Amino acid sequence: MMRLLDLLFPERRTSAVVAKDRLKIVLAHERASRDAPDFLPVLQKELLQVVGRYVEIRDDMLRVNVGKSGDTSLLEINVEIDRAKVSPAKNGAASAGTKAPPAMRLDTGTPAPWVKPG
Amino acid sequence: MAKVIVLTSGKGGVGKTTSAAAIAAGLALRGNRTVVIDFDVGLRNLDLIMGCERRVVFDFINVINGDAKLNQALIKDKRSDNLYIFPTSQTRDKDALKRDGVERVLDELKDNFDYIVCDSPAGIEHGAITALYFADSAIITTNPEVSSVRDSDRIIGILASKSKRAEHNMEPVDVHLLLTRYSLERVKKGEMLSVEDVKEILSIPLLGVIPESESVLRASNTGTPVVFDQESPAGRAYHDAVARFLGEQREMRFLKSERRSFFRALLGRA
Repeated sequence: MMRLLDLLFPERRTSAVVAKDRLKIVLAHERASRDAPDFLPVLQKELLQVVGRYVEIRDDMLRVNVGKSGDTSLLEINVEIDRAKVSPAKNGAASAGTKAPPAMRLDTGTPAPWVKPG
Repeated sequence: MAKVIVLTSGKGGVGKTTSAAAIAAGLALRGNRTVVIDFDVGLRNLDLIMGCERRVVFDFINVINGDAKLNQALIKDKRSDNLYIFPTSQTRDKDALKRDGVERVLDELKDNFDYIVCDSPAGIEHGAITALYFADSAIITTNPEVSSVRDSDRIIGILASKSKRAEHNMEPVDVHLLLTRYSLERVKKGEMLSVEDVKEILSIPLLGVIPESESVLRASNTGTPVVFDQESPAGRAYHDAVARFLGEQREMRFLKSERRSFFRALLGRA
């Protein structure tokens, strides 16, 4: 009976419904950033620099997240690129196998200063 | 083994001190030796809510600093033999609440009490973190209102990462939701988040729902924890919350429309 009523009269967008929706959105953001490791912003900045050598990229086109899938922690990096914006000079230089860009600090095997011990 | 319970919320003015007083008194009325501690250094108020403001001689900071013995600072409640109040200091030095000193005092209290109820200050600064740090259980006092729910979520995150239990990889702090200042009328009109909404958003178990009630202000006016008012809906809701905390199954009152007329009649009489 309630279901039928709900179908006939869909939920009014009361202020309580608005409050709940707003809270869900803001808390989803805050929880994600709260659980994120401290190095994420630095990682994101360095990745932007590296990718930026090959393609024109805006800050909002690269997103770094840490998530979970079952028991596995996932580092998820999404890069959105615009093919038209590939710089030919830079593209050529990279494919010609010139000097590789300096290794990222995370690859050196020694913990970076912002990685918490333990 | 004594249990340390913190009443916390992040946001101020949601009813932490009222709830700490009511829950401590409720635990004591059920025969548990209980002490309620004010962690709000500089803004002492638990003494007023408990009605013992004229009996404060020594305080929490005096005991931490070794200037007074524990039994000199504890105030025995005049209504219940099992209930003691531990007032805080009015000093403006917030750092007076040193973590190792607090731990030492709590350990001494654990030998003498079944429950140690900690009334946290608002915010997420030193005092609030110290109040929750040693907790075994936390009662998250929340109003059905956006800023309170958001701050509660923040505090739940802090309990999960910055408490002693979290830092020492022990079993996590046992977290409960206490929804205060609830108005069924306004929820029905779509003007207030419902208990289901808040439960869904915070996803922690519900300990109790305290209806908005005139008896709460009357209790604070007279310095009597609201559980001593047997007629009051809020007082009975706190008794239910205490019973649930101790493991009893009790139906949530004041949440169903068929009970509304009953609730209204009580309010009308109060």
